[in-house]
Amino acid sequence: MRRGWFLPTMAILGFVFLYAPIISLVVFSFNESKLVTVWSGFSTKWYGELFADPQMLGAAWLSLRIAAVSATIALVLGTLCAIALVRFRRFRGRTVLSGMVSAPLVMPDVITGLSLLLLFVGMESILGWPAGRGMLTIILAHSTFCMAYVCVVVQSRLADFDMSLEEAAMDLGATPARVFFDITLPIIAPALVSGWLLGFTLSLDDLVIASFVSGPGSSTLPMVIFSKVKLGVSPDVNALATIIIGIVALGVFAATIFQLRSRPKKARA
Amino acid sequence: MAKKPQIAADTRPWRDPSAKPFVRISNVTKKFGDVYAVADVSLDIYKGELFCLLGGSGSGKSTLLRMLAGFEEPTSGKIEIDGQDMTGVAPYNRPVNMMFQSYALFPHMNVEQNIAYGLKRDHLPKAEIADRVAELLSLVKLQDYGKRRPDQLSGGQRQRVALARSLAKRPKLLLLDEPLGALDKKLREETQFELVKIQETLGVTFIVVTHDQEEAMSLATRIGVMNYGEIAMIGEPTDIYEFPNSKFVAGFIGSVNMVEGVVTEDEADHVRIRSAELGCDIFVGHGVDCAPNQILWWAIRPEKIALSRERPEGDANVTKGLVEDIGYLGDMSVYQILLDSGKRLRVTQTNTVRGNPDAITWDEPVFCTWHNDAGSVLTV
Repeated sequence: MRRGWFLPTMAILGFVFLYAPIISLVVFSFNESKLVTVWSGFSTKWYGELFADPQMLGAAWLSLRIAAVSATIALVLGTLCAIALVRFRRFRGRTVLSGMVSAPLVMPDVITGLSLLLLFVGMESILGWPAGRGMLTIILAHSTFCMAYVCVVVQSRLADFDMSLEEAAMDLGATPARVFFDITLPIIAPALVSGWLLGFTLSLDDLVIASFVSGPGSSTLPMVIFSKVKLGVSPDVNALATIIIGIVALGVFAATIFQLRSRPKKARA
Repeated sequence: MAKKPQIAADTRPWRDPSAKPFVRISNVTKKFGDVYAVADVSLDIYKGELFCLLGGSGSGKSTLLRMLAGFEEPTSGKIEIDGQDMTGVAPYNRPVNMMFQSYALFPHMNVEQNIAYGLKRDHLPKAEIADRVAELLSLVKLQDYGKRRPDQLSGGQRQRVALARSLAKRPKLLLLDEPLGALDKKLREETQFELVKIQETLGVTFIVVTHDQEEAMSLATRIGVMNYGEIAMIGEPTDIYEFPNSKFVAGFIGSVNMVEGVVTEDEADHVRIRSAELGCDIFVGHGVDCAPNQILWWAIRPEKIALSRERPEGDANVTKGLVEDIGYLGDMSVYQILLDSGKRLRVTQTNTVRGNPDAITWDEPVFCTWHNDAGSVLTV
């Protein structure tokens, strides 16, 4: 069959649609001019300015810490939840749990954020914990909704896990805990990695929920960028965005390599 | 029933009433919800046996095996292995290993690591583990494959790795769940004999679950035929084939012609059965536990019937029919004989003469005859 022009053209248009904004952002981060939309020559001065801006750097560092901690918490809780849902076929409250776990996936961020804020305020007045809002409350909020994503990813991996692998290990003398660390964990590791990365990205990206549950002095990066952009886009935001894109691209690249390595290799003839 | 030749009890401990069984399954029942997967099974298996549990899907054979391995607990009843009660003993504490139907090779470990896994759990010294792994690899003829990962192996090689891994801990009892099920026919036949050879060399007791009757017949010292969670019959392959105890067993193993008949003569040394379906009397040359006028079934294997153009002598065990179809299989031919009653008999004849021009052919009227001990009288 002759190769048509339609599919390649559409593919190119699709890629342009997806990546043109990002490319223009990267290009303009090296712009000399103060005006974001006018190109006046190559310069790295905005990167210099960015690294001289303590507010921006502080927010970035805070966001990265929050993302790492909440992705990790979400990973542990989400995995446990997935194991419960896949392995224990019937238990009291199973339907409720599986429904509740996926609810945050479809819940609008505004509602999640607002309800979490109300919860934290209520808890503070009744229990005295968490005292005030800040990094801790953001981590709690992010762990909650990231957990749902991790659970879904791990669940699908566990669902096609061959149970006889665990039985075989047990048959060869491994206690259930050993089986989990020797067999189950290595095999579901790719799902854990992608779950963690997903949680990390979602947390790093979140503006709405963080705005609700953050307190004074704990503005995350998206919050800082958003408030800056409201006063007019400044080119150092472009520089920051370029750095973040670089980090994310690197992370995705590393994860892909990891997954390719752990994936079963085709038999060599 | 005819007496079978007695063979020394030391090679067939199940014929020695004083022999101590190695595995004793007593009145074991397993219920899943309201469904009986295994219903009141009692079974003794002796040391060095290669016992086959044979049955269709859902007959409970795999559940029974999983109870021996410890993955399921019996609802009631008791399992003893080597005199030790297995109730409440976890799979990782049983002197039993299992070879899984899917092989269950650990995909993230290479062949050596797979085989060594059980030995590492026993905290054997490294050198000993290496020796044992090498020994097992040569046992299953995979010396050069130790560093490969399971997905780099063919189906037959994986099967052998699974076998090596399950033998690594030198279990006293090895459970095999459809060990040859995933192999193609030719490989299966080769592996069958290898499996028996390994079993004999190591002297391990094997319990094999299979749905393949040919496999069971050629592997087993004894076969337990299972149906709906119950043991339908236990016996040596020849017992199961030649002396089935029920319609189910006769029909399940091999092919069989089964007719209904009514007892007309019931003597201590012979029985005469009139069968309208067969269109003749059946003379059975031994006594049968039955009553006159009782309706029962008579089953005969296709190869036990002889075909002839001339009417053989005698007033019984001869019936007339028409050759309706012939299936030529090379070594033998399968004849389908249409009797006057409309019943079809399946008869096999070995093709001993090459290209026989005188062979019985399509649409020929023939007489079917059989020896008076050739069939089995079945009351259930």
